[in-house]
Amino acid sequence: MTDAAELQRRTAELLAAHPPASTDRLDFLKARFDAGLAWVHYPEGLGGLNAPRSLQVVVDAELEAAGAPDNDPRRNGIGLGMAAPTILKYGTEEQKQRYLRPLWVGEEVWCQLFSEPGAGSDLAALGTRAVREDGGPSRSSEAESGGDWVVNGQKVWTSGAHNSRWAILIARTDPDVPKHAGITYFICDMTDPGVDVRPLRQITGEAEFNEVFLTDVRIPDSRRLGEIGEGWRVAQTTLNNERVAIGGMRLPREGGMIGPVSKTWRERPELRTQDLHQRLLKLWVDSEVARLTAERLRQQLVAGQPGPEGAGMKLAFARLNQEISGLEVELRGQEGLLYDDWTMRRPELVDFTGRDAGYRYLRSKGNSIEGGTSEVLLNIVAERVLGLPAEPRTDKDVAWKDLAR
Amino acid sequence: MSTQPDLLYSEEEEAVRAAVRDLLADHCDAPGVIARTESDTPHDLAAWKALADGMGLAGLLVPEDKGGQGASHREVAVVLEELGRAVAPVPYLTSAVVATEALLACDTGDLLAELASGRRIGALAVALNVAPGGAYQVVRHEGGALHGELTAIADAQAADVLLVPADDGGLYAVDASAATVTPQIPFDLTRPLATVSLDGIPGRLLGDAEVAVHRALRAGAGLLASEQLGLAEWTLTETVRYLKERKQFNRPVGGFQALKHRLAQLWLEVVNLRAAARNAADALATGEDTDVAVAVAQAYAASVAVHAAEEALQLHAGIGMTWEHPIHLYLKRAKADSIAYGTAGVHRARLAELVDLQAP
Repeated sequence: MTDAAELQRRTAELLAAHPPASTDRLDFLKARFDAGLAWVHYPEGLGGLNAPRSLQVVVDAELEAAGAPDNDPRRNGIGLGMAAPTILKYGTEEQKQRYLRPLWVGEEVWCQLFSEPGAGSDLAALGTRAVREDGGPSRSSEAESGGDWVVNGQKVWTSGAHNSRWAILIARTDPDVPKHAGITYFICDMTDPGVDVRPLRQITGEAEFNEVFLTDVRIPDSRRLGEIGEGWRVAQTTLNNERVAIGGMRLPREGGMIGPVSKTWRERPELRTQDLHQRLLKLWVDSEVARLTAERLRQQLVAGQPGPEGAGMKLAFARLNQEISGLEVELRGQEGLLYDDWTMRRPELVDFTGRDAGYRYLRSKGNSIEGGTSEVLLNIVAERVLGLPAEPRTDKDVAWKDLAR
Repeated sequence: MSTQPDLLYSEEEEAVRAAVRDLLADHCDAPGVIARTESDTPHDLAAWKALADGMGLAGLLVPEDKGGQGASHREVAVVLEELGRAVAPVPYLTSAVVATEALLACDTGDLLAELASGRRIGALAVALNVAPGGAYQVVRHEGGALHGELTAIADAQAADVLLVPADDGGLYAVDASAATVTPQIPFDLTRPLATVSLDGIPGRLLGDAEVAVHRALRAGAGLLASEQLGLAEWTLTETVRYLKERKQFNRPVGGFQALKHRLAQLWLEVVNLRAAARNAADALATGEDTDVAVAVAQAYAASVAVHAAEEALQLHAGIGMTWEHPIHLYLKRAKADSIAYGTAGVHRARLAELVDLQAP
């Protein structure tokens, strides 16, 4: 087992062989990956050393102290948080070798082609079709066995599709079986001519998301992840990792949305009212308690006793972000009537706190929708944590093609 | 904050929990607690003896060289979670925490050891609603004797010794048998209140009242959150259990989404309360960030415990309104706890000073 001392030794070796000050950023990151210090809990040869996940902090601290460049994880959150663990679990050896290194170093950014206009919370109802082309040589240069898959459909809410090289994609490969059974999971090349990415301008004025139209997109079978018809099970890995990523942050006191509004309160006594004071204090307490809950969850994970609390963290932060940013708009009074900038932009990453209060208020409305609506998450808590009876299901044994749409 | 608080439970703490839960299962079942509330002996002194004498839990906060167990607020918090879960009518919070902390501020060996051993029960003669730092009533110290009346003193009926603040700034130990202790009719039947009258009673000077009372109430407020956590957990667990069994419209009632969401919401609050309560217990144990941790816990805990008990009543519907079902014990305790050692509003106001979010 690789322990902390061993990781420190290997980190020192990496720094000695590739001094950050005189090494190209990307070269350093590649060397770090090859040294197994990228995500230490991954297998050897795939950026890790089979070490306990909790020891990553040891490596990160040493590298940060040495001024080493990082891989800018916020730019490739979907790649690192969702695509990578899914490829690791279900990918072939060739797939792991091909995709994980450029993903981790950030050369290749990933997005997620899951949601559709008709399949949001009911994700398994998705209608994008992937049809196997029988016979004849594959037209794709990468295809070795069997025919390509030909994909047609529309996806939506695709964060960062405009910056992405690859996408994880789920599509329907068998409409004649119940909806969860007929789905297959693919890796989609976003540079394929059949992929049309269109900005989806949202409530804030920005277009951080996209609509993605897929027209006769050819995917070689070698880019299928998991078995045919097993896509729903594979997607669960992706989605479970999505929720962990949302709940696993470590924040200092006032590290979240409560920070900016507390600062304004302290610096602008003329804005204070009794009503706002009462609401601010309540939200300050709620924020501090949510922070402690996240910290407790983190300590449980480090101690190897993961609890179900993660399912609740997203609910809590969504509500808090919305209430706090709403309060902040009111606190600003006349300034609350203004907005910083409605220009349509296509940001590389989502910034919840960097812009003004009005932006925070509008963007946070998405926090109770994206990554699973609060209503769906409450059902999950009630059924999986508390063991209450599931919702009655009318679609369980019905073929997807016979479902009402 | 220089270090991160430890928000988990240690194996030793879990062992304490298991032992206390076993003991309470034998001593403190709900029908027994309900029957006791209507008797002349509202306190369960057999359970107290088993906890204090048998298991040595009354002395957890007292160093070993002063006759205690030399443990910390973290273990006490676990005991209180279990006592809250059972709404146990024992003077643990008042004697083993509040009175004990007052004595720890005064350096009085013999009395502290007696409380730690559980042989005697102590009560701080400050009204239960007073918050740390809040104003409290005092008695007159005149001619070497104490004169006056103090009200809403929790567990005074069970106490052998009363710790009484006087107008000369001193905290005095008074033999409870020398005082007149008159039971009041409490809202929470499981934590009885009484009036204490002193009519020229001699007292032994222990130390400075202000320091001792503040320390005692701060520990009481911080650890009360763990009692509130245990209480809220019991009401949530019981309600979930009941709603899985109870059928209406040919379905378990717990399958209706409107109710599922309410219970999930409650679960979330309980999870949050656990983190806040653990943080307060750890802060009291380490002395790091204690004032903020206690104020945060008490600003948060009351609404969760009351909400959990109120939801339990509503979701049990008719049966929840009856005297025979124990929910009313929990609702009464939760509501009284929301006042004990300061309301959430008082703690929020304190927090405003501590974290520099001043009022207009």
